[in-house]
Amino acid sequence: MPEPPVFASQYVSIPHRDHSAELGMWVFIATEILLFGGLILAYFVYRHAFPQAFAEGSQHTDILIGTINTAVLLTSSFLVAWAVEIFSAATAKIVTWLLVGAACLGLAFIALKGIEYRKEYHEHLIPGIDFQLARPLANGVQLFFVFYLIATAIHAVHMLIGICLLLTLAIISRRAPTTRHHTALHSAALYWHFVDVVWIFLFALIYLPGRAAS
Amino acid sequence: MSEKNYLTTDYTLRSWLLTTDHKRIAILYFASLIFFFFIGGAAATAIRIELATPQADLVSSDIYNRLFTMHGIIMVWFFLIPSIPNTLGNFMVPLMIGARDLAFPRLNLMSWYIFMLGGCTALFAILAGGIDTGWTFYTPFSSLYSNSYVIVAAAGVFIAGFSSILTGLNFIVTIHRLRAPGLTWYRLPLFLWSLYATSVILVLATPVLAITLLLMATERFFGVGIFDPRIGGDPLLFQHLFWFYSHPAVYIMILPGMGVINELISCFSRKPVFGYKFVAWASLAIAGVGFLVWGHHMFVSGQSLIASLVFSFTSFIVAVPSAIKVFNWTATLHKGSLRFDAPMLYALAFIGLFTIGGLTGLFLACLAFDVHATDTYFVVAHFHYIMVGGMVTAYFGGLHYWWPKITGRLYSEYWARTAAILIFFGFNLTFFPQFILGAEGMPRRYHVYPPEFQVWNVLSSGGAVILAVAYLMPLVYLGYSAFFGARAPANPWNAPGLEWQTSSPPPEENFATQPVVTREPYQYNEAFEAEPQNA
Amino acid sequence: MTQWRPPLALVGAWLGLLALLALTVALAYVPLGAGNAVVAMSIGTVKAALVAAIFMELRHRNGLTLVFAGAGLFWLGILLWLGLMDFVTRT
Repeated sequence: MPEPPVFASQYVSIPHRDHSAELGMWVFIATEILLFGGLILAYFVYRHAFPQAFAEGSQHTDILIGTINTAVLLTSSFLVAWAVEIFSAATAKIVTWLLVGAACLGLAFIALKGIEYRKEYHEHLIPGIDFQLARPLANGVQLFFVFYLIATAIHAVHMLIGICLLLTLAIISRRAPTTRHHTALHSAALYWHFVDVVWIFLFALIYLPGRAAS
Repeated sequence: MSEKNYLTTDYTLRSWLLTTDHKRIAILYFASLIFFFFIGGAAATAIRIELATPQADLVSSDIYNRLFTMHGIIMVWFFLIPSIPNTLGNFMVPLMIGARDLAFPRLNLMSWYIFMLGGCTALFAILAGGIDTGWTFYTPFSSLYSNSYVIVAAAGVFIAGFSSILTGLNFIVTIHRLRAPGLTWYRLPLFLWSLYATSVILVLATPVLAITLLLMATERFFGVGIFDPRIGGDPLLFQHLFWFYSHPAVYIMILPGMGVINELISCFSRKPVFGYKFVAWASLAIAGVGFLVWGHHMFVSGQSLIASLVFSFTSFIVAVPSAIKVFNWTATLHKGSLRFDAPMLYALAFIGLFTIGGLTGLFLACLAFDVHATDTYFVVAHFHYIMVGGMVTAYFGGLHYWWPKITGRLYSEYWARTAAILIFFGFNLTFFPQFILGAEGMPRRYHVYPPEFQVWNVLSSGGAVILAVAYLMPLVYLGYSAFFGARAPANPWNAPGLEWQTSSPPPEENFATQPVVTREPYQYNEAFEAEPQNA
Repeated sequence: MTQWRPPLALVGAWLGLLALLALTVALAYVPLGAGNAVVAMSIGTVKAALVAAIFMELRHRNGLTLVFAGAGLFWLGILLWLGLMDFVTRT
């Protein structure tokens, strides 16, 4: 049986391949920054137009769930960074469990997010489906919730993709991990940390405003 | 021809559909783009036939709206943006840097499948009944009022965007990481500098279009107000987000063309490109400054006066690197040993047409003039001079120049020159009268007009017939050449670039041995013989 | 057998991030007027920088990777700067 090539023929060495993969991932992250950037611009434009309504909208979100979720995601990122750091044939089993743990934390995040959505639905805070709020701030609060729902939904989609990636890598690198698996894990980890960073900013924009006023 | 090349390694359909060879993926893109080009072209033809008379004789106003929207969407996203990067670029980038393939070959194939999925989605929207918003999807018309397939068409564009991003990502990493030994940045052919600049725009602007279309579709689907002023939204936010992508996208639609022109002008003048470093950095300057000018599409929209002033100023700035390129191309011609083969005819046509398109762009960057010219045929003529006169001309020029390398066959020089000249005349006859129509005040996007505009419209429609025939001609003689043309030698133009130092068509692995670059691009000796970059 | 233990830098970053999270939530309840938004965004930026430098290993990377990582932020700056310019200068 012929040995599969260690790296594709357009590369001259394994580090050459790995550095290219890392650069590619950073280009992709730059793209992602601007994807969320459009939303951030919309947020600031409307926050500038309706400062009180945005503070009011923020108070309707659940800061307890938001804070727990931030901690969950930061911890998950830590586990992934740990797995990348110690990745080797000798530690394959621990790496697998770290990745499974990180993915489970990701699922916990999604579950908590679902509980929060449900709560907001019962409070009639979902624009387009069921939104009722006394005037005069209703317009601005509605824009806040549109931003909130779109941004967190897109973030959740990124989370789900990340969870699939982590679980796939946990399974395929379970035994006989190779340098290819390490490169793949490294790229997936960059993506996972990026999703974490997005959440750090969404948390500051969604949950924190308007807390001190009341 | 006993040696295997990339075309003859395998003949099965499977070997094409699952290929990761950048050369075959370029051919896949090429075939797909021809298809979209003629669909977009058919819509343009219908528009010009309708406009031959002042009355509505072919279509209703509703159908007319759907026609120009279909023309715009197909031509912008499914022809112009992928045109040179994904066909000529895909084929030539690894060859010109002496690499075996792009950095991520499977991503490259995936990009084509995503593109086809986006294209089919857009085609479905058209077949289902079309879309009438114009290619710009302006809210609130698109999100609240339009009774057409807005979400499906936007989904097609959204999906195709990912294909652009993946291609841009692939080119950036490839040009950084896979250059042959000795190929420093200042030894790169200028085509690669311009593709690099294009890729930067693709990667950084396209995601903003994606989120913009997503917001628009959300507003339409859920009936929530995002850009709806009745509940406090701002329609201008949509325009800002849209043009943050779409103005840089204009540079996606011209920079690769400028890149091709460098290769053609140099080869057919037998001289290095004048002021290489200025031309190289001008590409990046256009890509960078191009992100600062988008508000000039919104001078009459009601944005703040300060914003208009700033965007007007930056729009003048972006003309500087474009002018540097035009001056340097003309200086390259000076005292060159000029040959007027078909690719050179396209290159010369490009310089003239791009100059007209660029200078009229400066008219439009003036606030006072723009107020009068907004939404008139002046604007239509201006951007067609850039996109069709510039980009499509460069695409045809590049296609003829590299045709022997891609197919390993020669085409009929007589027919190629005839088509080039016809395209030049047909194009000018079609679009120059539109400058006059616009200056006289004829608004765009109407299918009826006052009778005093008819003379210029008839001239324009007549030109469109010539242009349509001229665009069909290469389909015939290049198609014939692909199967029955004479075999091409490795370096038919006697050019110095690395892509000409391997056989035609190239073998699957591109080069028999890894080329080592020893000199600057575009070098010729006193006898005007090429000095190959790797010798 | 120590090869599975996480490096101290990672643990430190993780604990630091959790501490900053607690700090930012606490400060959000202190009335600072416009200062609340500044504090929230500043602490968010510090947290993001920690993740980028330590979890994403940017502190070990050379200029090119840093440029790639910074490019997205730079262009985000252009989008926010010129995009907001219109809205804050409307009369």
